[in-house]
Amino acid sequence: MTARVQTAADLEAYRKKVQAKGDSQRKTISVCAGTGCCAFGAMKLAAAFEQALSERKLQDQIQLRLTGCHGFCERGPLVVFHPEGLLYQRVKPDDVSEILDETIAKGVIIERLLYQDAQGQTYQKEDEVPFYKNQMRVLLAHNGLIDPTSIDDYIAVGGYRPLARVLNEMKPEEVCTTIKKSGLRGRGGGGFPAGVKWESCRAAPSQDGIRYIICNADEGDPGAFMDRSLMEGNPHSVIEGMIIGAWAIAHPGRPEGYVYIRHEYPLAVERLGIALQQARDMGFLGKNILGSGLGFDITINRGGGAFVCGESTALMTSIEGFVGEPRAKHIHTVESGLYDKPTNLNNVETWANVPLIIERGVEWYTSIGTGDVSDNPWGGSKGTKIFALVGKVNNTGLVEVPMGATLRHIIYDIGGGIPGGKKFKAVQTGGPSGGCLPESLLDLPVDFDKLTEVGSMMGSGGMIVMDESTCMVDLARYFINFLADESCGKCVTCREGLRQLGIIVKRICAGEGREEDIQLLSDLSQTVAEASLCALGNTAPNPLLSTLKYFREEYEEHVKEKKCRAKVCKALITFTVIEENCTGCLLCKKKCPSQAISGEKKKVHSIDQGKCIQCGVCNDVCKFNAIRVE
Amino acid sequence: MTVKFKIQGRTYTGTQEESLLGAIRRYGYEVPSLCYHEAVSPYGACRLCLVEVQKGKRRKLTTSCNYPVLEGIEVFLDTEKVVRHRKMVFQLLLAVAPAAKKLRELAAEYGVTETPFVPEDEKNECILCGLCNRVCKEVVEADAISFAGRGTSKRMESPYDETAEACIGCGACVHVCPTDCIGMKEENNIRSILRWHRDLPMQICKKCNRPFAPTFQLNEFAKRVNLDRARFDNCPDCR
Repeated sequence: MTARVQTAADLEAYRKKVQAKGDSQRKTISVCAGTGCCAFGAMKLAAAFEQALSERKLQDQIQLRLTGCHGFCERGPLVVFHPEGLLYQRVKPDDVSEILDETIAKGVIIERLLYQDAQGQTYQKEDEVPFYKNQMRVLLAHNGLIDPTSIDDYIAVGGYRPLARVLNEMKPEEVCTTIKKSGLRGRGGGGFPAGVKWESCRAAPSQDGIRYIICNADEGDPGAFMDRSLMEGNPHSVIEGMIIGAWAIAHPGRPEGYVYIRHEYPLAVERLGIALQQARDMGFLGKNILGSGLGFDITINRGGGAFVCGESTALMTSIEGFVGEPRAKHIHTVESGLYDKPTNLNNVETWANVPLIIERGVEWYTSIGTGDVSDNPWGGSKGTKIFALVGKVNNTGLVEVPMGATLRHIIYDIGGGIPGGKKFKAVQTGGPSGGCLPESLLDLPVDFDKLTEVGSMMGSGGMIVMDESTCMVDLARYFINFLADESCGKCVTCREGLRQLGIIVKRICAGEGREEDIQLLSDLSQTVAEASLCALGNTAPNPLLSTLKYFREEYEEHVKEKKCRAKVCKALITFTVIEENCTGCLLCKKKCPSQAISGEKKKVHSIDQGKCIQCGVCNDVCKFNAIRVE
Repeated sequence: MTVKFKIQGRTYTGTQEESLLGAIRRYGYEVPSLCYHEAVSPYGACRLCLVEVQKGKRRKLTTSCNYPVLEGIEVFLDTEKVVRHRKMVFQLLLAVAPAAKKLRELAAEYGVTETPFVPEDEKNECILCGLCNRVCKEVVEADAISFAGRGTSKRMESPYDETAEACIGCGACVHVCPTDCIGMKEENNIRSILRWHRDLPMQICKKCNRPFAPTFQLNEFAKRVNLDRARFDNCPDCR
């Protein structure tokens, strides 16, 4: 089959045709079909819309569009009505008839479906909602507008124009320079300047001209879903970035592309697969792309779910068919990576930035963010960054902000603060091996270097907010155990170091901590961080080191006073009855699973500490605030 | 390609293809290691051969077994950092394999006789260095054993921890194991590689009547070199 688009002129003609077909004034119902909304039942909702539209014979006037993740996952399923921009949240199939008959037919707003913030204010338009209003959505700009399974939608919003420009007007070296000048740094966590990497890979000798262009889509941080949403919502932006990369890094050689993607991301795999086939059919992948002579295709490689395979060398070993274990990078992968060929690996979000930089220019890109990258690509952090904002925060979801936005802006202005009137305690940035930052650092501008300075990291952009009910020692225990499980187990410092860190923290949580344990944790963390083979081990002690730094008093309380101020560590808390509040209602006695509560009706109850298992059920069921937790 | 580099301030020569640890030892310096063997590819698992390397402006702690000998690098063997982290690595290893005699001896040479860490298994001798697997794969080319699991549940075993059907009973793994934790015995003309649950009948030399190698191993060799099997009927001495 011949490609439908063979030159840049073909592409522009095709774009005009697609744009003419779509009527921007035509009413559109956009249902978010991101993973979060799907889990809330978005597909059933979409089916209900489809049926209701056809029953009312409205399918020609009103189009129904399933889009990628809008980001406001807390309030899914989300429905946005275009061109008005009206946002309904937590929409159920039962609401559909009313929506069509009232809102669509008569323009009547259904109050209960509007977003209401913690202060009780309601908002009609999507772009007025503080969650969206305070963001800077450039990478996610089209996520809520286009159908990710339609290449026409992507082309209609200007897609593949940057590619055509690059192939027609720019030499490969110029593209590398442009990316270097833009200050784009690796979004997978390392923050290495992408342009510098591209140039090194281009300069590395390759006898047969093969250079591998890899997209690292092995996003594995608990609670992180930035890359997933980009692939599910706008897969062509990632593909376009990679094709531009192939030209810049490998033309006129033989570039070959891989996307290494988690098998646990079935929707992303599916949508990326569809997008790749569409790109091939259109002629954006394959031989002689847009008449430029560039030949390039991309293969999807599904990962088996090992966290460590997100590490670049382990990822390449895994593509080769071996167990995903990292190797030392004294010889860089840009020189000898996959199958010992020059290999350029970038993360999903990094690739998605590339077409934007080409389209809107270095000047625009460098106007966003921190520092000065005009002479030094490490001189700042430019562009935007997507964060997965989760945990104890009102508006969980995907958030895109300019580099340098403060933690406070992200957590309070966008995230809407901490729910339930509780107090903020810490925020962990950068995934499981990121650091936990205290309230005193809320005004820290978030960029690569600032986060590293305070003992955390950008990571791939996970952001977990914690309130006062989180025990920092218990939290460190959780992440150390996660990383001990996910370590590949190759090197002693990572495997055994994390095992022993886990044993010590567990002991502290169990009230068996020893005076010397805190120092031992600190010393062992240093060794794990400095003497391990790969970045997983090097960063794994961060949750411990940062909590030891910012929340040391909690460790000391656990060890010396055998107290857990957050009342999380069961061995360190006791439940007793507050006699003056107890009405003798028998409820706690009935619900106690270990028969630890005795007492008669209308007489004060008591808890047998020997039998109590600290499950907290008595406190949960008591209506008279008569249980004391200490 | 010959390159010049420095160890402890003195200039030496080496080639980029060799391991830094090999070069360091060639010039008579002592650096401990357990997972390194010159016959197989370096792996970087035991973390004992730590050194500090200055390359241009950057100075970093690294294992020397998997570091290449590069032009102009300066290697420091006993810095405070190296000594401190190596001690911790020894302490971790002592908790991994409390029963490994050779490990305890090596640790004692470096002044480490006790560990603050809780041993997982008092009887364990294996430090998961992977040398057995590498020698089996790269030298013997039998590839009979491998790592299984990951993280803290990683282990070295025969497939499914049952009989290693590909094992030719050569004993190379037993020979290279730095902690002597594999075990081999010969009884009643049967050679057993204990850890891989492999029992192989021995070939009896047709001339001197001495059992000299597992029959299975000789079959494999005959196949590999495409020679008449009968050539392996006699022991090397009687051939």
